[in-house]
Amino acid sequence: MTFDATTISMLKTGIWETFYMVALSSFLAYLIGLPLGIILVVTDNDGIYPIPWLQKILGLAINLMRSVPFLILLFIVLPLSKIIIGTRIGSPAIIIPLTIAAAPYVARVVESSFREIDAGVIEAAKSMGASVWQIIWKVLLPESKPSLLLGAALAVTTILSYSAMAGFTGGGGLGAIAINYGYYRYEPGLMWIAVILLVVMVQIIQEIGNRWSKKSDKRIR
Amino acid sequence: MVEKPIIQIQNLGKTFKTAAGDVKALDNINLDICQGEIFGIIGLSGAGKSTLVRCINYLEVPTEGDVFFEGESLAGMTGARQRKTRQSMGMIFQQFNLLAQRNVIRNVCFPLELAGVPKKEARERAMELLKTVGLEDKAKSYPAQLSGGQKQRVAIARALATRPKVILCDEATSALDPNTTKSILSLLKEINRTMGVTVIVITHEMAVIEAICDRVAIIDSSHIAEVGTVSEIFSEPKSRIGRQLILGDAVERVDFGNARQIRITFDGRESTEPVISNLVLACKVPINIMYAATRDIGGKAMGQMIVQLPEGEADAARVIHYLQTVKIPFEEVTEHDL
Repeated sequence: MTFDATTISMLKTGIWETFYMVALSSFLAYLIGLPLGIILVVTDNDGIYPIPWLQKILGLAINLMRSVPFLILLFIVLPLSKIIIGTRIGSPAIIIPLTIAAAPYVARVVESSFREIDAGVIEAAKSMGASVWQIIWKVLLPESKPSLLLGAALAVTTILSYSAMAGFTGGGGLGAIAINYGYYRYEPGLMWIAVILLVVMVQIIQEIGNRWSKKSDKRIR
Repeated sequence: MVEKPIIQIQNLGKTFKTAAGDVKALDNINLDICQGEIFGIIGLSGAGKSTLVRCINYLEVPTEGDVFFEGESLAGMTGARQRKTRQSMGMIFQQFNLLAQRNVIRNVCFPLELAGVPKKEARERAMELLKTVGLEDKAKSYPAQLSGGQKQRVAIARALATRPKVILCDEATSALDPNTTKSILSLLKEINRTMGVTVIVITHEMAVIEAICDRVAIIDSSHIAEVGTVSEIFSEPKSRIGRQLILGDAVERVDFGNARQIRITFDGRESTEPVISNLVLACKVPINIMYAATRDIGGKAMGQMIVQLPEGEADAARVIHYLQTVKIPFEEVTEHDL
């Protein structure tokens, strides 16, 4: 293994690719998962707007999506990437399967954050004449903010680890470098560097999540 | 009562469907709550009082009957109209239920925000209310930094923000220590007196009813057992549950010898009169006091006393005759009283 300018620039590209794959799919996964999580809580039997049949079907669909192993999902969904993005290889193509895999996960993470809110607080809001929308916007979301941030750190690190599998389908990023050099070319040195960079990224994401959550939580002190 | 009822509860019933079958939480409840009064609803836990208070603002939808607020049926209202009506009924809770991620002033602004009041106006109103409850210096604090009593004061300010006509208090002092309870109750009384807000108090503690209520309803196993002014009910509880709640220990016959025992009720009239001393002097017999308790209700001394009659039939008859002549209410305590 030689540490020349090419290797370094390759690693730089890897970091960037991993970053934008994870950032974009996390954003899209929350765009889909957050509303789903809200629906799961709100339409539950003891929720603020019970629609039990919808809640059951949605719960079932989410469980179904979550039980498909990511690598399998990747191959199933890639044709869809071809339609939407125009290619089934490379980093952009993997954003679609990443989003599809992460959205149901995000929905469950968000759901559990909402369930931590004291039912009494929601009842108090109702007693003041709050509508369903007002309860979602002014009680559910702000009151669960610290928990949502911790959940986001969890979800983003999970998406990061999924993104490492992009290497198998011709995607980029640090995972691809680890797979291509370590697994296919027997260059463990470069593989380890890529893995260490991934570990550092996970640490950073987790740390940002922890600090942000703690800072925003007014229950402590 | 000459005041017109602000809330009328008519033939109200609530049945919960559970996995173990139907549970009747409330059955045939009829109550009129008058404008400006402090109305107490007391019962043991599980009697249905919390469900009843939630039916008043339709947080729980009754399965039978109806509730009228200022003559308007809540059952007949649309959802939006019901929410609007709730802004005329503030509510405070045992666990305070403040928003943990909002500071004190923003908690008080919350109902105003829901009602669409402009921010500046809401802040001014909130500050004014924080002054009323004595917490203007805590405006920027978060609920986690407050004591239980302070949290309940914030909750009261919040409940008053939309200028409600009624405040519903669901076990509002049950999580507080006796001194804090006293100060919260006097705050509620003050609000009732100065703002003319009708207060409905749900509690399992007789002391709360004694301290602030004008009238009281006793609720027992889903039914209203009795309703009346606090002094009426306290001096002469008629229902079994009323006697249990008010007389407490005095309801039980004290097992001490075979002599007959009577319960004397003091309704405040004879508090300045030495009843027992006079009785002993007049009848020339010793009597044994087994139990005595006095409470201050609206400035009058209300009490219960159990005395043992003398052994001899003639002596006992003399005591009873004396009590009848001086018109002191009493009754004989039997083995299976209640």
